[in-house]
Amino acid sequence: MKSLIRGALLIIIAAAVLMIVNAQLAKSGAQAGGNTLTVYNWGEYIDPDLIKQFEKETGINVIYETFDSNEGMMGKIEQGGTSYDITVPSEYMVEMMRKKDLLIPLDYSKIPNMKNIDPYFEDLPFDPKNKYSIPYFWGTLGIAYNPSLLEGQTFESWDDVWDPSLKQEVVLVDSAREVIGMGLNSLGYSLNSTDPRELREATDKLKTLSPNIKAVIGDEVTQMMMNNEAAVSLIWSGQAADMMSENEDITYVVPEEGSNLWFDNIVIPRTVKNIDGAYKFIDFMLRPEVAAQNADYVGYSTPNLKALDFMDPEVTSDERYYPDEEARGHLEVYKDLGLEMLGFYNELFLEFKMDMK
Amino acid sequence: MEKNGKLAKIYLIAVFVVLYAPIAYLIFYSFNSGGKMSHFESFTWEHYAAVFEDKRLIGIVLNTVIVALLSALISTAIGVMGAISIHYMRNKAMRNVMLSMNSILMVSPDVIIGASFLILFTLVGIKLGFASVLLSHIAFSIPIVVIMVLPKLQEMSPTLIDAALDLGATRKEIMSRVILPFIQPGIFAGFFLALTYSLDDFAVTFFVTGNGFSTLSVEIYSMARTGVTLTINALSGLIFVITAGLILGYYVLKNRPRTPASGVKR
Amino acid sequence: MVRRMKTNRTNFRLPLVPYSLWIILFVIAPIGLIVYYSFFDLGGNFTLSNYSNFFTSVYLQLTVSSFWYAFLITFFSLLIAYPTAYFLTKLKHKQLWLLLIIIPSWINLLLKTYAFIGLMGLYGPINAALEAFGIGKHQILFTDFSFVFVSVYIFIPFMILPIFNALDKLNPALIDASRDLGANAWTTFTRVIWPLTLNGVKSGIQVVFIPALSLFMITRLIAGNRVITLGTAIEQQFLVTQNWGMGSTIAVFLILFMVVILLLTTANERGMAGSGKKR
Repeated sequence: MKSLIRGALLIIIAAAVLMIVNAQLAKSGAQAGGNTLTVYNWGEYIDPDLIKQFEKETGINVIYETFDSNEGMMGKIEQGGTSYDITVPSEYMVEMMRKKDLLIPLDYSKIPNMKNIDPYFEDLPFDPKNKYSIPYFWGTLGIAYNPSLLEGQTFESWDDVWDPSLKQEVVLVDSAREVIGMGLNSLGYSLNSTDPRELREATDKLKTLSPNIKAVIGDEVTQMMMNNEAAVSLIWSGQAADMMSENEDITYVVPEEGSNLWFDNIVIPRTVKNIDGAYKFIDFMLRPEVAAQNADYVGYSTPNLKALDFMDPEVTSDERYYPDEEARGHLEVYKDLGLEMLGFYNELFLEFKMDMK
Repeated sequence: MEKNGKLAKIYLIAVFVVLYAPIAYLIFYSFNSGGKMSHFESFTWEHYAAVFEDKRLIGIVLNTVIVALLSALISTAIGVMGAISIHYMRNKAMRNVMLSMNSILMVSPDVIIGASFLILFTLVGIKLGFASVLLSHIAFSIPIVVIMVLPKLQEMSPTLIDAALDLGATRKEIMSRVILPFIQPGIFAGFFLALTYSLDDFAVTFFVTGNGFSTLSVEIYSMARTGVTLTINALSGLIFVITAGLILGYYVLKNRPRTPASGVKR
Repeated sequence: MVRRMKTNRTNFRLPLVPYSLWIILFVIAPIGLIVYYSFFDLGGNFTLSNYSNFFTSVYLQLTVSSFWYAFLITFFSLLIAYPTAYFLTKLKHKQLWLLLIIIPSWINLLLKTYAFIGLMGLYGPINAALEAFGIGKHQILFTDFSFVFVSVYIFIPFMILPIFNALDKLNPALIDASRDLGANAWTTFTRVIWPLTLNGVKSGIQVVFIPALSLFMITRLIAGNRVITLGTAIEQQFLVTQNWGMGSTIAVFLILFMVVILLLTTANERGMAGSGKKR
């Protein structure tokens, strides 16, 4: 009994000491206080030096919080009880959040730097007239592969993934719309198909891919490709860029039938507390030199046209990161198909995965 | 008591090697100047330096430890009370119902626990942050404590309590002098598992946290999209060395003045 | 009769309060919510379609495979944990060694999983060793083996702890007595040690089998989605499809399975106690 009480006291004292240290630490971290801005973004999706620069310029103290999935992020915003001022959903999530009335319409008189954005990326179907969102980074979905591990295969067409020589070589991302989308694309159907017959046909075709599949995993694809553990992967261009920066053998291609064009976008969610700070932050991030530095750090493609002048021409002229108009013509942006359809996509995807063994 | 034979020793060594292999791997690469968890280039301390420069990260670690310690302590207290009251329940059916209730949180996937706690907290109006995280960690650690303590209670012969009663002990005395000392190993086991659950939890914490409060697991998971940095490896290495050191130190201290081997302490 | 009355006096009511409060707030309330949600479709209408959906082939197949893998994981955990716990109790500083078994689980699971990906990778140390022995490279990741291995790794401390506690309390005099009466090691084990540690084993099975049914994350990272559990399916329904109704329905079934498992083990336990008294 005595030792139990002693143990309990020890733990309480230890916790109290840690709390004091923590409070001290927080105090030294947050100067001024009062004026804070909470940014809710993907992990490692901004150059931390830029946050420091912003804090210095404006005196606003930035709290940077991270999430790992669009859905998890939306759950937080929807439930309330938090005070996020800025967040960065993907395009389908912008549409979903817009429909759920979770976003604040943007006042462009406070965002003069909007003029720097490439008009090509403005006024897209998921958010007409950019009423709620501004593109932050963009990219495509395609195939990253490592020719040094393969015997001369190339991937001009999606059908090349079905090549019998690729037994146990292909890694897919664990995401229903991307994988089913590959099936749809290879059959020449739209990525936004809601026709059950087309979807069924795509799933059946995907099932014949089983022997070639090594695994269906998440973001770890990047590491596996870098380490030569896998030779071929279905992946977004952003991650492909990460792979290529580490492993020069890897290359990335968007098959000619077309593919998906994706965007991550800055929005102001309904939970906003510091709306002036949020506008200042957005405008700051849209400055050409800031956007360029951020794109250099993150390694994804920036929609900021003026920023391209501040970047390495070798990167900005690379067709794999910045495809030309003609190539862009084959790309399709996801539409929000509604939860019912999303459920159907996921059920087909589950069926495909269960069939894989 | 007889000693372990050679085979037993080899077996134990094998178990420990496997248990520590991934940790050794993590720590090994925390010294890699190459910046990732493969292809060791050359030795460096830079990732350790990065840990100490990152005040936010240190704050998160402190949060994690505070939540773990407090939640383990409180859940152990409540869990022990629960185990005792379940054990001495007269109504067998009621007892079984309580036992099943107890285990439901253990089977429920974290996502469900997290989602339902989130709804609960917002309904009740608890601000998301330290309090909500602490409360949910306490909540999901209680069943493991009960499960660890119950077998000890079952082993305890009822005659022990009868004897104490015969000797005129009050209920309070029975609790503090008979029951608690007897089930102490179970209490410790429960506490350590509660600590483990809390340190390892990601999904529940993710749902119920907010307003700038974060734990290490949440932080690590949110890094997954762009890859976990070796700073985290270095941090884990540090945490590992510190906890192992603390435990060893505590053990040595505790065993220096030789206490009478277990038995009944009065 | 006299004895019973006395035991009744030790009916502890007061400690029941905080525990009951916990049960009401964090068990009954969430379950109520789950059951409630399971009757609604995406549009928020009352429906039983989620339940009829569950009985389509995909989800049934999923349940069966979940159970099979949970069984494998529990079986191998027990197989490895029991001797470990047994040998540990014979060590000089057994409490310290026990702590050393638990410490690895304090390192973040995702990180350890990444370490396993590295260890088991084509260019990892394990394959290097296999090559050195002339066996050659093998695809270890994304197989049933890797999945069961890593799951057992995760759960083993939770299995060792209760068994260790049970073994530790075992009176050595009983074993000596059994030996003196001429029982060999195997008989001593099956007739004396095993029955007396059965409660510990049961606790261990409960804390391994049940969570193993709902493992997620490593089904993706280590098994490459070749193994899909009920937990993964629920996770998907809640987070990706946002079909809380369907997710809740699967959860309801998971809870039902668990209650059945628990009832089975507690029934046995009472039988045991009864037979013990008779002898």
